[in-house]
Amino acid sequence: MNLELKSREYRRKILKYILKAKAGHTGGSLSCIDILNVLYNEVLNVNPANADAFDRDRYIQSKGHCVEALYVVLADKGFFPESDLETLCQYQSHYIGHPTRKIKGVEQNTGALGHGLPISAGVALAAKMDSLSYRVFTLLGDGELPEGSNWEAALSAAHYKLDNLCAIVDLNGLQITAPTTEVCNTEPLDKKFESFGWAVRHVDGHDIEALRAAFGALPFEKEKPSVIIAHTVKGKGVSFMENELKWHHGVPTEAQYKLAMAELESPLAPEGGI
Amino acid sequence: MGNEMIDVPLAGTAIANQEVFAETLQSLAALDKQVVVVTSDSRGSGKLVPFGKKYPAQIVEVGIAEQNLVGMAAGLASTGKKVFAVSPACFLTARALEQIKNDVAYSNNPVKLVGISAGVSYGALGSTHHSLHDFAVLRAIHNITIIAPADGFETAQAVKQVAALSQPFYLRFGKKPMPLLDIEDTIPFEIGKGRVVREGDDIALIATGETVYPALQAAHKLASEYNVEATVISMHTIKPLDEELLAQVAQKCKAILTVEEHSVYGGLGEACAAWLLKNRYHKAFDLMGIPDEYTVTGSQTEIFNHYGISEEGIAHRALALLRV
Ligand SMILES: [Mg+2]
Repeated sequence: MNLELKSREYRRKILKYILKAKAGHTGGSLSCIDILNVLYNEVLNVNPANADAFDRDRYIQSKGHCVEALYVVLADKGFFPESDLETLCQYQSHYIGHPTRKIKGVEQNTGALGHGLPISAGVALAAKMDSLSYRVFTLLGDGELPEGSNWEAALSAAHYKLDNLCAIVDLNGLQITAPTTEVCNTEPLDKKFESFGWAVRHVDGHDIEALRAAFGALPFEKEKPSVIIAHTVKGKGVSFMENELKWHHGVPTEAQYKLAMAELESPLAPEGGI
Repeated sequence: MGNEMIDVPLAGTAIANQEVFAETLQSLAALDKQVVVVTSDSRGSGKLVPFGKKYPAQIVEVGIAEQNLVGMAAGLASTGKKVFAVSPACFLTARALEQIKNDVAYSNNPVKLVGISAGVSYGALGSTHHSLHDFAVLRAIHNITIIAPADGFETAQAVKQVAALSQPFYLRFGKKPMPLLDIEDTIPFEIGKGRVVREGDDIALIATGETVYPALQAAHKLASEYNVEATVISMHTIKPLDEELLAQVAQKCKAILTVEEHSVYGGLGEACAAWLLKNRYHKAFDLMGIPDEYTVTGSQTEIFNHYGISEEGIAHRALALLRV
């Protein structure tokens, strides 16, 4: 299956399980799913048959609340049976609203924001210390960027020349309260990262080919950590969810779910866009 | 341990626990390349300058950034490295508390967190630099063992033992030179097991870290001047608490007095009190520590003396408790 089709399938599943659980971070899961799609299907060296391999690539999801996107992709990759997701957010299920290592394939327990980048920098530094070639990827939300710990880690990652580290910012422009520029403006983000010693690229975070090209070009500069600023749309793929604040953790009604499914099952446009 | 221990004079070379820590870590690093120290501009206070010179590939400096110190330490530890994250206890356990809670304890990354210059070690530098909250906050977090060694022997043992264990720890050290409690070297150190450094049936003095020594001094004073025999325990492991030992002294002694370089809230004393009550040991009980007030200014010793954490002060409280 090509990745454009896979993304639509992932989106349908995200909504299916959020509907079932009556909870979830809908908008952000839909904004980051294309990134996870390309990462897990074409970039990461991870294998459910040897999930603890010492030289595996690591993916650490700093924006842990968009766990539904991660669950759907991990199930698709065979880390656990998709039927497990029927228990999402249920009593005694390990499939809770943020990733934990109780789930095969999850590297770190996240959920509090501003934690993914420091941990990832530590893992990447360990690879450098041991002359191992694995890489570390971490997905940050744009809303979590004001957390100071991100910038502490950004300094250390540059200081230690961690070119095996790649941060991806899911720049969907919204957070729970309002647009990120209104809550706490972090622009110009590229210049901030550049001034912290990172190599920066902008990419359309829903363009599979562009994501593929960006990941394929890592590291963007030798001896520098890389950041991909992925321009995304919160709620992407479902017309009435796109760029709508209320879908941050909005749960669809049955009727809305059917409407969304109809959109996500309609034929792809010839160029492969949604 | 026999009664002949009672009158052994307190002696031995006094060395600061954090110096012993640094030396022990060097010896571990020499044997194992996976031993890594992470510092936040804290290698000087941590006595780790020689370590950095000798094992530059095994020290990670993050600058003054404690959240990143703990986050990166968690990442390093997740790959199998034996990571000691070293920073003044006041900053480590307050500023980086969420990283300790989530990245270390909840994610089960086996970082050895090392709080140096703990308690009121920094004395006159004031409350910004005191850690009187660390036992309390860390006790309430699942999956972290808390150890406050009393002397060089306990420190060296603790460092060696935690290095071999793949689980989260918090080690708490001060910078005051501490004499050895057991100069005959007969009492072993085991994580989770308090060390009985003196035996007596009248009162149990249960202390931890740098307060064990004045508790032992107080026990000698009680014996020689008041004919009161005290058991003295170095309860180096604050969590998990040595409940078995607690039961033993509760059965044996008429009263129990705890002593710690920590707020009277949430530390060793309250941990012991809760366990004793829950298990129906309704003993005469008191706890000593730093009261809930604007901490008096002064050196560590002056602060200790002010709040009675001294030979005189502990003996006085013990006598008061026994006369209840
Ligand atoms: Mg956002």
